[in-house]
Amino acid sequence: MTDPGFSVRVVLALARRALRNALRRPQFLAPLVLFPTLFLAVNVGGLNRTTTLPGFPVVDGFLDFQLAGAMTQSLLLGGVAAGIATALEIEGGYFDRLVASPIPRVAIVLGRLVATGATAVVQVTYFLLLGLLFGASVKGGVPGVLVVYLIGIVAGVGFGAIGQAIALRAQNASTVQGIFPIALVVLFASSAFFPQDLLSSPVDVVARYNPLSYIVDGMRAPIIDGVGSTSVLEGLGAATLVVLAAGGLAVLALRGRLRDA
Amino acid sequence: MTHNVTVVRALVRRALNEILRVPGAAIPGVLAPTIFMLGLSSVFGKASSLPGFTAEDFRTFIVPVGLLQGAGFTGAATGVNLARDIEQGWFDRLLLCPAPRATLLTGVVASAALRALLPAIFLLIVAFSLGVSVPSLLGLLIATVLVMGLACAMACFSVTLALRFRTQQAAPLMQIASFTGVLFTTSYAPKPLLQDWLRTVADVNPVTHVLEGVRQGFVGGVTWGHTWPALLATAGLIAVMGAFAARGLRRYGV
Repeated sequence: MTDPGFSVRVVLALARRALRNALRRPQFLAPLVLFPTLFLAVNVGGLNRTTTLPGFPVVDGFLDFQLAGAMTQSLLLGGVAAGIATALEIEGGYFDRLVASPIPRVAIVLGRLVATGATAVVQVTYFLLLGLLFGASVKGGVPGVLVVYLIGIVAGVGFGAIGQAIALRAQNASTVQGIFPIALVVLFASSAFFPQDLLSSPVDVVARYNPLSYIVDGMRAPIIDGVGSTSVLEGLGAATLVVLAAGGLAVLALRGRLRDA
Repeated sequence: MTHNVTVVRALVRRALNEILRVPGAAIPGVLAPTIFMLGLSSVFGKASSLPGFTAEDFRTFIVPVGLLQGAGFTGAATGVNLARDIEQGWFDRLLLCPAPRATLLTGVVASAALRALLPAIFLLIVAFSLGVSVPSLLGLLIATVLVMGLACAMACFSVTLALRFRTQQAAPLMQIASFTGVLFTTSYAPKPLLQDWLRTVADVNPVTHVLEGVRQGFVGGVTWGHTWPALLATAGLIAVMGAFAARGLRRYGV
């Protein structure tokens, strides 16, 4: 039986290493926020007048509405980046050296997830500050901000687990890179960028069952409305489900990889 | 000259073979622009009911954006593949072959132009089957030339980054450039509906001309007034990006 204290130390050491590697090359970390920022800018700049459409919820501006979508997009990219980093470690042989070392195998997955969670804190902070800078406000006040952080971190860890599961299965950075457009599609098929009632068929139906819709709406509610909405609980629940399901898949993929090795 | 053509053809063939050898990496790039078009039109479709929107439906308006996104994705993928070749040492072996570096660059970039046709064809088949009206033959021909040209320009840009960073982790940077170039235009709405700052950016962004050149076949009609700025902008982008890529290649390994 492995000492839990030792396992925690290993997880933290691997998380620190992952974060250090990411910070060593900030040009590769920047796209996690840069790309959603650009998308946010073009959405707001191009479709600002859509808030006047019948059925659009009452908001102070299109930026307020779009902020949660941009955060979720950034967190999804963080998941893809975590997957690419894992795949590169497999391609480069570092993963095999980790497996050969006397550490709990599951710590390899958990270490990366802790790093992804820490990155999520930075991502959410960045978008909150960006929104405030350009005139958005969080209607839910400080509790609202905390709710946005909570759902954002849990969702970020879940997306990181998805990236890891794919990387451990594919063992190829090009293939993991290929999920980037797919992640974008899943995001489009949700209420991330437009109110669900104004989506066209069949995306409106897909969005209703897409966990991302609940995650985005959970983060959006404190910004445009307040923390009293049921969307907050639904968002937290959906994010937790993603963590459990994707985390389980990542561990299974790790076992498969170890069997193959 | 014959040798150079042989090298270019071999590099193009190798790039096309990759589609079959690593379909997991190629298929998303083919599907993405179509899904992007379907996604944008489904999400923002109601925007076409805003006063001042020039197209009858948002899908027709957004198809040209999807075509250029496909070109951008393909260009970025070319850079990612080159970065992988550098990481694995294949590119260093390629440089040992007795061919001018410009020829190697031409081969890599030409493959992007051809590969860009795959997502474009797939997107058009889906769009036409969903009721988007088929443009005239001239409109389609101009769109094809512009899509292939933009893929070349984006490939040159991505190759520059690949030669600079020499790792596949630079992939998001390559994709950001293509996304920014295509979206900071009249991609979502006609100019009068854009916010002031975006209208200014669209005015100075050469890809706006490329987009309008592709779009003329789908919305309105083909005119020389839309065609020549598009062709000029594409040629300019290829010249500038190509110069950067050629410089990067000259400095590589020296």
